[in-house]
Amino acid sequence: MADRAEYARKGIARGRSLVVLQYADGIVFVGENPSRALHKFSEIYDRIGFAAAGKYNEYENLRIGGVRYADLRGYTYDRDDVTARGLANVYAQTLGTIFSSQAEKPYEVELVVAEVGDSPEHDQIYRLPHDGSIVDEHGSVAVGGNAEQISGYLDQRHRDGMTLAEALKLAVQALSRDTNGSEREIPAERLEVAVLDRTRPQQRKFKRIVGAQLSRLLESGADAGDDVAKAPAVEETDTDSGSDEE
Amino acid sequence: MEANTRSTGRLPAAFLTPGSSSFMDFLGAHQPEMLPGNRQLPPVQGVVEAPHGTTIVAVTFPGGVVLAGDRRATMGNMIAQRDIEKVFPADEYSAVGIAGTAGLAVEMVKLFQLELEHFEKVEGAQLSLEGKANRLSTMIRSNLGMAMQGLAVVPLFAGYDVDRGRGRIFSYDVTGGRSEERNYATTGSGSVFARGAMKKLFRDDLTEEQATTLVVQALYDAADDDSATGGPDVARRIYPIITVITEDGFRRLGEDEAAELAGSVLQARLEQPDGPRAALL
Repeated sequence: MADRAEYARKGIARGRSLVVLQYADGIVFVGENPSRALHKFSEIYDRIGFAAAGKYNEYENLRIGGVRYADLRGYTYDRDDVTARGLANVYAQTLGTIFSSQAEKPYEVELVVAEVGDSPEHDQIYRLPHDGSIVDEHGSVAVGGNAEQISGYLDQRHRDGMTLAEALKLAVQALSRDTNGSEREIPAERLEVAVLDRTRPQQRKFKRIVGAQLSRLLESGADAGDDVAKAPAVEETDTDSGSDEE
Repeated sequence: MEANTRSTGRLPAAFLTPGSSSFMDFLGAHQPEMLPGNRQLPPVQGVVEAPHGTTIVAVTFPGGVVLAGDRRATMGNMIAQRDIEKVFPADEYSAVGIAGTAGLAVEMVKLFQLELEHFEKVEGAQLSLEGKANRLSTMIRSNLGMAMQGLAVVPLFAGYDVDRGRGRIFSYDVTGGRSEERNYATTGSGSVFARGAMKKLFRDDLTEEQATTLVVQALYDAADDDSATGGPDVARRIYPIITVITEDGFRRLGEDEAAELAGSVLQARLEQPDGPRAALL
């Protein structure tokens, strides 16, 4: 078992990290992704989004399985009966069965399933590691190679009621920290950003943020940025705070 | 046979098997009994009585297309429902209006919407407008057995073709035969009268507002001569459903907007009960 866990963890660590954050009007997904076509984030259903780190073919398979599950469930019952909790359960069972079956190799993936509610208290974020466990997350979550360090950074700085620009800026700061503590710049064209926006009038709340809209948000985040990073009490001993660089 | 009631609760193998991006194909392979076309109708004598939806009209204008329908459903001589909705968004850039057996039609629309949404989510891109129209054809064809028993569904499909930059209309027959209509189209029991009205009122430089007025005029004429089509019901505030699809996507006119349009048409009809006159030559 330990070997299998090690194998899966190594596979996941090879991929780039991604983060999922709550903000005032919903949930934002941010990751570094050089590809325009092979997405890390996607829509599962009206209010449910999916994020994955690790091996592409494996999480793509799980993603399509999730879309099929959600669409079939919505068709059989009603659109309101498709929930992130139900989907996360099915994913956890799937990953868990594969992990403990000697006949199959463990999946090298870590998933996040998020559902946006009518208000921030009703948002749900579930993290699903490779072994079929399921973690109910609040505020912010990171998965992928450098996840531990990034989630530590996010935990200290994320607060409720951030604007989208603030949350996006925080996410990019967190992602641009390397394992050795140094920083690098992630250009806008290498960022993949999507939101579940509860204020969207359409039934389907998932939306990708690309091009001019993304640049605008990044810029407005940079303007507001100084107050944002200083607002929460960040201990100086932590690491040199990346926000001062702006 | 719901997905998560299997013994282990994991996704069944069919869910994780790479394959078609079509929800209907998935349903056909995994739970064929849920596909509308796979149901066996028991042998019945005569015609099955069920509510029928009536008139749907569509018209293009530079920049988009308008699709509208009246609100009546009939069952034989009886009005089964006064405020039925027969025009639905299919996705962001298309809409479908249905005439025929209401119950089957609503189910068909639900599956059609899901088919388009499923493709979009799996592939990360929308089907072409022709592709959408063809999917609808397939669904109508699978209902042929029912249609032979008098439970036909004949929709009208309208959408904004993002690639070509214009609104387009597709009409269907009960066998799934599909044809693209130029300028305007109608379906349902009042369609003959509506088409006559549209023929005289259509011109190719309509504004969006003129196009929405035109469909209300056509529906009024249909209701005037066809007992199964409902006219605007001022007392109950029931007005036609009018939808507009342009570059900005699908939009359904609010009740106030529809009431205002219907009101101005009604007002003009008080003067001229037969509606606007076309030139003789």
